[in-house]
Amino acid sequence: MPVRVEREKCTACESCIGVCPYEAIVIKEGRAFINEYCQMCSACLTVCPEGAITEYEEGNVPAQDLDSYRGVWVFAENRNKMIAPVSYELLGAGRRLADTLKVELSAVLFGGTAKDAEELIKRGADKVYFSDDPIFETFNDEPYAGLLAALVNTHKPEVLLAGATAIGRSFLPRVAAKLRSGLTADCTGLEIEAETRNLVQTRPAYGGNIMASILCPRTRPQMATVRPKVMKKGEYDPARKGEVIRVEAGGLSSRTKVLESVKDISSGKVNLQEADVIISGGRGLKNPEGFKLLSELAALLNGAVGASRAAVDEGWIGYSHQVGQTGKTVCPKLYIACGISGAVQHLVGMQSSDYIIAINKNPEAPIFNVATYGLVGDLYEILPLLIKKLKEIKEK
Amino acid sequence: MDYFLTEEQLMIKELSRQIAEERVVPVREELDEKEEFPWEIMNVLAQSDLFGLFIPEEYGGLGKGSLELSIAVEELSKACLGVSTTYAANALGTFPILLFGTDEQKKKYLPDIASGKRLVAFGLTEANAGSDAGGIQTTARKDGDSYVLNGTKQWITNGGEAEIYTIIALTDKAKGARGASAFIVEKGTPGFGFGKKEKKMGIRASATRELIFEDCRIPKENLIAKEGMGFIVAMKTLDSSRVGVGAQGVGVAQGAFDEALKFARQRVQFGHPIVSFQAIQHMLADMATEIEAARSLVYAVARFMDSGAKEFTKVSAMAKLFATDVAMKVTTNAVQVMGGSGYMREYPVEKMMRDAKILQIYEGTNQIQRNVIAQNLVKEAAKPK
Amino acid sequence: MNIVVCIKQVPDTAEVRINHETGTLIREGVPSIINPYDMHAIEAAIRIKEKKGGKVTAVTMGPPQAESALREAISLGVDEAVLLTGREFAGSDTLATSFALASAIKKLSADMVICGKQAIDGDTSQVGPEVAEFLGIPHIAYVRKIVELQDNSIKVERMMDEGHDVIEAQIPLLLTVVRELNEPRLPSLRGKMAAKKADIKKWGAADIEAPAEKLGFSGSPTQVKRIFTPEPRGERKMLSGSAEEMVDALIKELLQKKCL
Repeated sequence: MPVRVEREKCTACESCIGVCPYEAIVIKEGRAFINEYCQMCSACLTVCPEGAITEYEEGNVPAQDLDSYRGVWVFAENRNKMIAPVSYELLGAGRRLADTLKVELSAVLFGGTAKDAEELIKRGADKVYFSDDPIFETFNDEPYAGLLAALVNTHKPEVLLAGATAIGRSFLPRVAAKLRSGLTADCTGLEIEAETRNLVQTRPAYGGNIMASILCPRTRPQMATVRPKVMKKGEYDPARKGEVIRVEAGGLSSRTKVLESVKDISSGKVNLQEADVIISGGRGLKNPEGFKLLSELAALLNGAVGASRAAVDEGWIGYSHQVGQTGKTVCPKLYIACGISGAVQHLVGMQSSDYIIAINKNPEAPIFNVATYGLVGDLYEILPLLIKKLKEIKEK
Repeated sequence: MDYFLTEEQLMIKELSRQIAEERVVPVREELDEKEEFPWEIMNVLAQSDLFGLFIPEEYGGLGKGSLELSIAVEELSKACLGVSTTYAANALGTFPILLFGTDEQKKKYLPDIASGKRLVAFGLTEANAGSDAGGIQTTARKDGDSYVLNGTKQWITNGGEAEIYTIIALTDKAKGARGASAFIVEKGTPGFGFGKKEKKMGIRASATRELIFEDCRIPKENLIAKEGMGFIVAMKTLDSSRVGVGAQGVGVAQGAFDEALKFARQRVQFGHPIVSFQAIQHMLADMATEIEAARSLVYAVARFMDSGAKEFTKVSAMAKLFATDVAMKVTTNAVQVMGGSGYMREYPVEKMMRDAKILQIYEGTNQIQRNVIAQNLVKEAAKPK
Repeated sequence: MNIVVCIKQVPDTAEVRINHETGTLIREGVPSIINPYDMHAIEAAIRIKEKKGGKVTAVTMGPPQAESALREAISLGVDEAVLLTGREFAGSDTLATSFALASAIKKLSADMVICGKQAIDGDTSQVGPEVAEFLGIPHIAYVRKIVELQDNSIKVERMMDEGHDVIEAQIPLLLTVVRELNEPRLPSLRGKMAAKKADIKKWGAADIEAPAEKLGFSGSPTQVKRIFTPEPRGERKMLSGSAEEMVDALIKELLQKKCL
């Protein structure tokens, strides 16, 4: 909502100026004035001690015929010839939203098999729109976006969710542009606003420094990509029944062509972003040999190995392991940071982990501000002990 | 203090500072430890147009003067003297061509120097001719359309890495001071080789080597100016480059001071940060004052040179002398302020102290600088009023 | 080859601090920079120009202060710059932003558009693909390597969640790029001098022939309902004792919390 300053109430204390992320407030004739660079984030409204900043309706913006849109849709991702786990998380969240809205939950599956489609039903979908056209065997943005948008136009769901994965974040924006509707990226929270049936989408912004709640009140469908490993997976009911609808994919083409898909073998069997346990190493390892120790612990806990930017820049491990602002964002149950100082850029990539364990020689390291359990000491002393004791427990 | 630099000079300062902080500081420790030539940083300087600062626009440069060059050298020196020496020695080697070269010679060599494509080195010093430059023994014998060089140059900065060398050699031993000439010799010329790389106390990133000439034949077109002009070329070259060495002194002193001040504010002893103790405060005050005085002198001399002055030997010697003595004093005191930590290689100041020493020695020892200043004082006093 | 690079001036989010009392950002004193991913896009565009000839134009949509980002791009070697600015663009979400940028790019007849993967303030990574859709050209996201570039086609490596794909595509197209692609250069002196003198084109809605209802707040289907600071992490415990004691304590806690 657009905001403005009620001049009579303003005392020019400048509290609003200090918090505006867009530098849109200036003092004009002794009072605060919000200019056109305002992005309507309402931060100023929150801090004004005089309550001098208020929202107002601007003009008449025609809304679409919202009521004709019904249903919650989930885009199930087929990756490496199997359903990506995030799809089940989407069904979990989707089921919850559909039940609140009292509508159907449908899944869309491109590629994969009819059996995969059945699995989606067992995880909570009432319907599955399915195409196994060969064009979907590899991921290309145009055919995926083309068919999904066409299906949405035909069936008009009010909510469309996809995983905030490499695939989801690449092609959903094209769908949003085709449909001219709102898309919110990397959501960590989804709720229904009872009075309006609007989907409230909560997501991190500003490098993870703030959370924003987003609405898409005037258009449909309301689209969101959802961060993996945040939502609960849909309950599995082998007896659940639903409808698998095969869709025609004719007339689709792609101006890009995947020549080959290369798996990063060094990342091991466990994908960093899907892992429940991540053991991460930073500059404190002092040399690449340290990662052997981390791999041992990771194997023991069925986890993946991560790294801070410092370790990657030193050449000790590949970029695909990098966690942080310019690397991957992860959300495991357990994150063990070894020899990582905890610079903001790294924290942004892992601070939503359930449990964080930090091992560092320096008691002042900022990582200890976010660690659930902090151990000050030499990781080369602590980790071997940890590995030894865990092995003992496993044997029992 | 505001030195009223122009917008362009501020641009040069800002860019040099950015390069120093983003590309030099992160690698200076490793370059020093491995005695590695800073090729990557030279490439960055080339791409940023810094090699062409003082080369006329018609030859591909930016046509700026000594002050601009000094500003760039100062910023680089704050980060690492090894890197700034490599850069500054390039200018030293270029001055003979710049000041005395023919248009053909300038056209042939200056564009590649300005673009940083080829590095340059200046070859004067020999085993028997350091301060006594007149004692050089390398000969250049005229033979038809060529000169044949024989002899060895010692301790040449950028030796082995540079592709263009400006060499002072004897063309007529009998003529004494009028018996030397300046030449351009390119790397790869048969008979031109290099000795081993020297292991030094400081500026270890800078490459220092012997140049060995064994019947090295060069075309007569490579003679700079005229036969017999060699020492004049050398003296004028050193006149022009001295202020740059002064700028190196100011830079390394400032870098060391900044580290010492930062440390003094954090280090707590007897319950207080050591910067609150008068002993430390007096040291820091003296250091800061000396640096500012050195900078003022270097900038003033550079401005004087850029104004078109014909005679600046005395003042450029003063700038070199003062700023380099300050550099040694300040870097030593920076280590002292930081105490035990200052002595550890983990902190940058011990390297700065090791690096700074050479500034009092090369391009004319500070004893020679004093001689030069005194001679000029006497000469000026003897002039009729 | 005519290349357009979309850039954004953003606050250096690594330096942003939170006022925990009011739950708001402290924007004061945080420097504005070119979005780091866009620096890689600029570098990629300049390298292509150096190899193939042509022109690189930087485009940004923002308040007047965004002009400094465009001048910085010129100091790196970009040839021309366009600033989309004006009241009509205020309150734009990604869709309205992408529409505006695409309308501007249509006026510049680009063979290739290069964007950074995402902006470090919005973090959406949506603008690149949306701009491609509005321009009617294909896009390839998260490009980490340009394998081959011909006049009409390109072969790249696209980063995926577990590795990478090798993709071939026709030009014109749009690329979004990641850090791995290149190391951005520093400005040159000539570049800085050119940047000072450069004439930055300033365009409004009329210049890009975009209808008002598709721009700014009116053209934005998404709106911010509110912003708040994330909850500080709850339980924090420092373990103590010898290495062995700490490890024992840790395992005990983790078993209790059913983490193992």
